[in-house]
Amino acid sequence: MDHRPQHWGRPRDDVYGAYDASYMRPNGPTTHTQSPVVTGTSVVALKFKDGVVIAADNLASYGSLARFPDVKRLRTFAGTSVVGFGGDVSDMQYLDRHLQELAIDENYTSEKGHTLNARNLHKYLANLLYHRRSKFDPLWNHLLVAGLDEDDKPFLAAADLLGTTFTSPSLATGYGEMLAQPIMRRYAKDEEAAAQLTRDQAVDIVKECMKVLFYRDARSLDTYSIAVVTKQGIDLKEDVKLENQSWAFADRIKGYGTQTV
Amino acid sequence: MAMFSQNPVLNGPNYSFADVPVQDHVDGFREHRFNPYTDNGGSTLAIAGKDFAIMAGDTRLTAGYSINTRFSPKVFKIGGSTSTQDDANILLSVVGFAADGEALKERLDSICKMYRYRHNKPMSVSACAKRLSTIMYQRRFFPYYVYAILGGLDEDGAGAVYSYDPVGSYEREQCRAGGAAASLIMPFLDNQVNFKNQYIPGSGVGHALQERERQPLPRDEVEVLVKDAFDSAVERHIEVGDGLQMMIITQNGIEEKILPLKKD
Amino acid sequence: MPGFDFSNHSRNAALHARGVPLPKATSTGTTIVGCLYNAGKEDAGVVIAADTRATSGPIVADKNCEKLHYIAPQIWCAGAGTAADTEFTTAIISSNLELHSLSTGRKPRVVTCMTLLKQHLFKYQGHVGAYLVVAGVDPTGAHLFTVHAHGSTDKLPYVTMGSGSLAAMSVFETQWKPDLNKEQAMELCSQAIQAGIFNDLGSGSNVDLAVITKDKTTLHRGYLKPNERSQKLKNYKFQRGTTAVLNEKIIKKDEIGKYVSVEPLPAGTETMDVDP
Repeated sequence: MDHRPQHWGRPRDDVYGAYDASYMRPNGPTTHTQSPVVTGTSVVALKFKDGVVIAADNLASYGSLARFPDVKRLRTFAGTSVVGFGGDVSDMQYLDRHLQELAIDENYTSEKGHTLNARNLHKYLANLLYHRRSKFDPLWNHLLVAGLDEDDKPFLAAADLLGTTFTSPSLATGYGEMLAQPIMRRYAKDEEAAAQLTRDQAVDIVKECMKVLFYRDARSLDTYSIAVVTKQGIDLKEDVKLENQSWAFADRIKGYGTQTV
Repeated sequence: MAMFSQNPVLNGPNYSFADVPVQDHVDGFREHRFNPYTDNGGSTLAIAGKDFAIMAGDTRLTAGYSINTRFSPKVFKIGGSTSTQDDANILLSVVGFAADGEALKERLDSICKMYRYRHNKPMSVSACAKRLSTIMYQRRFFPYYVYAILGGLDEDGAGAVYSYDPVGSYEREQCRAGGAAASLIMPFLDNQVNFKNQYIPGSGVGHALQERERQPLPRDEVEVLVKDAFDSAVERHIEVGDGLQMMIITQNGIEEKILPLKKD
Repeated sequence: MPGFDFSNHSRNAALHARGVPLPKATSTGTTIVGCLYNAGKEDAGVVIAADTRATSGPIVADKNCEKLHYIAPQIWCAGAGTAADTEFTTAIISSNLELHSLSTGRKPRVVTCMTLLKQHLFKYQGHVGAYLVVAGVDPTGAHLFTVHAHGSTDKLPYVTMGSGSLAAMSVFETQWKPDLNKEQAMELCSQAIQAGIFNDLGSGSNVDLAVITKDKTTLHRGYLKPNERSQKLKNYKFQRGTTAVLNEKIIKKDEIGKYVSVEPLPAGTETMDVDP
């Protein structure tokens, strides 16, 4: 029996070795999250005539483990914009908390009916991400901001963990950049083409992209969230199942080479 | 002189931040570290004329083998009195790491705006050029990873082009190419703008040959050179393409042209 | 000794350890695809297609290279990866398959070709960087395979490879259906290559396409040319004499013996073998 109460309930030094006090050292080099842990995969978004469609699946992976199959990665801001998050989920939740607070502050301090539009929100987030990368303490996300700009025109832009920003009629993060962008660019190669798309067309294209991503991205899920942002507001569905999957190619595959049965 | 070598800064001994080991050690552990830089590709070009300056850049933004967007301008108006930049008198082009480019542009723009507010006149191009150099050198040990070119008209109304390395060394030049395809475009410019390696036929033998005399090119000819330079760069550099943004600054203000480039 | 020469290995390893980088090989950072059509029917066939850009780092090394390689009259290969490896690997397997075909007196089979390729590539443990789409028609039907540099293979009704494989696959995954005919398969493959050309920086220029049926192979070199070079706006011809000549010396043909040793052969001896 160890008679020193301060040792009770602790790993014994003679069995486990002395506690490495360097973990508790208050001074010394600060260390930051240098790589993501629980992650979300692609976000895809497409502009149309009078708004933007944005979608992301509901999976948060832990490495190759499908760890949390019900995580919503589309977050609304002030009822006017949607932010889609790819990358680290804890950083997403931090940003979401931060944005919630920002929306409330803006609501209190701004004139009635005035709020940050999607362009303002994107600039704010991009500056935040760039600031954090400059401190060598990045927020490990690649995000898309969908909404309307100051003239109520569709607005869609991206920002990543380095603070790089860009805009395009269609955008996608992660694997979506390689798998979904080619599909969306077929229908919306420039702003003019995107401005011809109807809401239904845009939704169908984005759903098609989610299907291809589920087929080919091993870190994806067949349950996803999809939001349509227009002047009328946000139509967010958070529990959509993929429809009309086709596995027609599979029935005639026999082996990988010489096998015939 | 190393300062204008257009090698990607991250690919070899160059500046202090580039000296991180690129390869794994033969034995020992792989070092995982957050890399605050990336290369977003693209190319820029600036030529000064007698009474004008042209700044140009392609509009492709890349990440690895992917195209982030086909329309992301690299040439910006600087120091106008409002955000629309209608009365701007300076042009800045940035290429390299896009986030640093954006930050640098915003920084210089707000400084020029502040100058205009305090002195009730726009900043001169030469003053702005010096200021840009100090801004960049302030970040000597965590540089803005961009090749910047500043353009405008000098006190005599002549075209002025200032080019920079990522840590703020600068000089006034007649023409300069920056970014991914700089090494492809610059020799072409040396030959076609400054007539390097061109001699007057029959003016002598061997070393006695007379060099072709430099004379400022007219605006329409310069525009043709810019378009041809970019068309050729697009053929041979995978990160250049999609669109060509040209800004022409003259006594009458700034004119912008967008021309298509190949998209493959 | 047959095969590769490793006599410089120790020297190169020592240089590499001192930080000398490896020489950059031309790579066909590529989009290549293949698609079966009329599967299970009498006139079953297969289409393969490729882009035509070869790169060395970010520089385009060849704007119109050929990535569809001949193996046998009705077996063709689309190659991605290191250009030299795809070229030599397909050539060596083509030779071996021809010898095998001569020895057995039968038409070569696609599985045989695929097996030779995978055994060759597995032996080199991925150091031979050839990523291939193998397609062909033989007496057992139309076949389509992929072979990776490490030696793994796959057998699917539609395949893509190279840096543009995801862009190309997005086309197949949205538009492929089980009962394609020849024209539909050709259109689908060309669409897939174009997705690679326009969305992947490693791919570009033209679409090459080959259709293999049980009777013949039709190679469409330059099937589509969606990226023709624009006309130069200016003429860059220099006036003669613009380039400085510091020194000039003319060597006549009959004086060439002064500079290199020349031994003329007596007439009538050692003529070249020419088919009559």
